[in-house]
Amino acid sequence: MNLALSPGDSYLRTERLVKRFYDVVAVDEVSLSIAKGEIFALLGSSGCGKSTLLRMLAGFEIPSSGAVVLDGVDIAALPPYERPINMMFQSYALFPHLTVWDNIAFGLKRQGMPKAQMQARVGEMLDLVQLAPLAKRKPHQLSGGQQQRVALARSLAKKPRLLLLDEPMAALDRKLRERTQFELVNIVEAVGVTCVMVTHDQEEAMTMATRIAVMNQGRVLQVGTPRQVYERPQSRFVADFIGNVNLFDGKITRSDAGRCEVTTSFGYFCADGAGMAIGSEVAVAVRPEKLHIAKEQPPVSQNLFWGTVSEIAYFGSYNTYIVEMPGGKTMKITEFDAVRHDGSPIGRGDKVFFWCDPSAPVVLSQ
Amino acid sequence: MKNSVWLLWRPGRRLVIAVPYLWLAVFFALPFLILLRISVTDMGSGIDPFAPLVDSSTGAWRLRLEFDNYLSIFRDPAGSTGAGWGDTVYLDAYRTSLKYAFFTTLLCLLIGYPFAYFLARARPTVRPALLMLVMLPFWTSFLLRVYAWKGILADQGVLNQLLLSLGLIREPVVMLYTDVSMMVGMTYVYLPFMILPLYANLVKMDVRLLEAAHDLGASAWKAFWLVTVPLSRSGIVAGSMLVFIPCVGEFVVPSLLGGAENVMIGRVVWDEMFSANNWPRAASLSVVMIVLILVPLAFYYRAAGARKGA
Repeated sequence: MNLALSPGDSYLRTERLVKRFYDVVAVDEVSLSIAKGEIFALLGSSGCGKSTLLRMLAGFEIPSSGAVVLDGVDIAALPPYERPINMMFQSYALFPHLTVWDNIAFGLKRQGMPKAQMQARVGEMLDLVQLAPLAKRKPHQLSGGQQQRVALARSLAKKPRLLLLDEPMAALDRKLRERTQFELVNIVEAVGVTCVMVTHDQEEAMTMATRIAVMNQGRVLQVGTPRQVYERPQSRFVADFIGNVNLFDGKITRSDAGRCEVTTSFGYFCADGAGMAIGSEVAVAVRPEKLHIAKEQPPVSQNLFWGTVSEIAYFGSYNTYIVEMPGGKTMKITEFDAVRHDGSPIGRGDKVFFWCDPSAPVVLSQ
Repeated sequence: MKNSVWLLWRPGRRLVIAVPYLWLAVFFALPFLILLRISVTDMGSGIDPFAPLVDSSTGAWRLRLEFDNYLSIFRDPAGSTGAGWGDTVYLDAYRTSLKYAFFTTLLCLLIGYPFAYFLARARPTVRPALLMLVMLPFWTSFLLRVYAWKGILADQGVLNQLLLSLGLIREPVVMLYTDVSMMVGMTYVYLPFMILPLYANLVKMDVRLLEAAHDLGASAWKAFWLVTVPLSRSGIVAGSMLVFIPCVGEFVVPSLLGGAENVMIGRVVWDEMFSANNWPRAASLSVVMIVLILVPLAFYYRAAGARKGA
C-alpha cells in the first residue's frame, strides 16, 4: 500500500471540522486526508474528541463548521441513514430481538434489496466472519467474540464506502483481543473497505492501523504511520502518550551538519536534528529500550551517563531499571533478556553506566 | 454441589417464598373457591349456599351441583329453544365490558406510549419530577377524581361553559352519561397503569440501538417501529394487562359516568348481588368473567415462555 499521500488520492477528507457543544470545543479544526483502502486510527484518551469526530463522520453529530468530503462529495449535512457509511458500534449495539441473520440483513432490507439477492449477500457475510452455523441464534446466545463478528458482518453487509469502528476491541478480554485484532484487519483488508477506527489503546492502534492520528483536546497533534508516530514524535504529548519515554527539558547548545547538542541539567545529549536555533528551549525524549546499561564503562564517548539503580522491575521478557542520576533526575531503561540467567547481574544500589546512539534521542520543540 | 443443595433447603429461603404464597392462598385461592362453591347452588330450591356439596341423606352419595346459573348466562330461558342461546343480558354485558376494556386499553396505549417515551428520554435529573406528576393523581381519592369529571363534562359543566364562551359551540354538547364520558373516565383512571410499566421498559433501552438502525439506513420512524416498539413489547403487554383486566370488571366509573344503555358486567354482578339477592347467579357471573380474562392470559404466558425457552 502506498502510504505517501498525494492530494489526488485522498478518499475521505475533513476540512477544518469543528464541533462545539455550547462553549466546549470538542473537535477543533480537524483536517484529515485518508486514502482509499486505508485503516486509519484516531487515537487519544477519553474526552479528546475522537469519538465526536467519528460520530460526525457517521452523521450522528452535525459539525458546527467545516466539511466532510467522501469521494468528492460533501456529506456533512446528510443524515446517517443516507450516508454510504456504516459503523461498528462500541459493544456492538446488536438488535437483541433479532437473530444473527436478521441483524445482518437489517440494512439490506432498508434499501429494499430483492429477497434472493439478500439471501446470497447475508450468506456471503456469514461465511466471511465464519458464523454460518449460528445464523438463527439471538445475540445474547453468542460469546463476545462472536457478537463482534456479527457486528462486523452487519456493518459490511451494505458494502459501505467507509467503515467506522468505535473502540472495536473494548468489549473483549485481553487474550482474545490480540487474535481478534489480526482477524479484523484481515477481513477489512480482504473486503478492501476504507476504515476509520477510534481507540484509546495505543497498542491496538499500532497493530491495526496503517496510519494513526494522535488527538488531544480536540486537535490532531500528529498523523503518521505507527512507526513514524513512535520513533519520530513531534511533540511532548505524542512522545509521552505513545509508549514509555524519558522526557527532559533542555537547551540547544550546538547545531551543525544534521546534528545538535542539547544540554540538560545532568549532561548533554547528541541527537539527530537539523536547523535548530541555538539557545532555544526544547525537550529530549529517549525511549527506555533505546538505552543500554552496564556496570563497566563502555567504550563510547557520546550520550554516556551514569547513575545508581534505584528500582528494578522484572517483567519476564524484559527488565526495567530506574536509574537515579546526579542531580536527582531519573532515567527509565528497559533491557531484553536474550539469554536465560538466574538473577540480574545488576542489583539495586549499583553504580551503572548507560548510553544510547545519537539516533535514539528525539528533540522536541513543542 | 453439596453447598447449593443445602442452600435450596435452607428454611429461611422457603419462609420468604411462603409469604406471598400464603397471601395468595388466603386472599385469592380461598375466596375464589368459596365463589365457585356458591356459584353451583340453585337459589330457587331454598338450599343454603354454604351447605355441604355432598348429600348423603337419602343413603346414596350424591353430588349436588347445579349448573343452572351458568346455563342461564348463555341461554335466555324465555326464548324459544335454540334461538335463546347467546342472546342474554349477561352476554350483552360481557360484550360491552370487553369492548370498553379494549378501547380503554387502546386509548391508554396511544396516549401512554408517547408519554412514557418522552419520560424515558427526558434528562435524568428531571425524570423523578415527571414521574411524580404521573403518580400525583393517586394522592386524591379515586372517587373524588371521577366525580370531578362529572363537573367537567356536565351539560352546564366546565368544558361546555368554556366552549360556549369561546364561541366554538352554540349549545351545550351532551357528553356526560355517554360513551364519551365513559371512555374519558376509564382512560383517565387507568392511564398511569399503562405509563409506569412502559416507562420502566423504555428507560432501559439502549439509545445506541436506534443509532445503529439509523446507521443501517432506517429513518427515525422506521427505527421506532423496527427497534423501539419490538423491544418495548413486554412493557406494552404488561401495561395493557394492567389496564385491560381491571377495566373488564370496572364498576365505579360506569356507575358514575356511564350511560344507562351500556351496562357492564360489574354493574350486573352488583345488581344480582344486592338488588336481586341472587348470590349464586352473581358468583357464576364472576367466575365466567375471571375465566374470560384468565384464558387469553394463560395462552400469552405459555407462548412467551415457549419463545424464551427456544
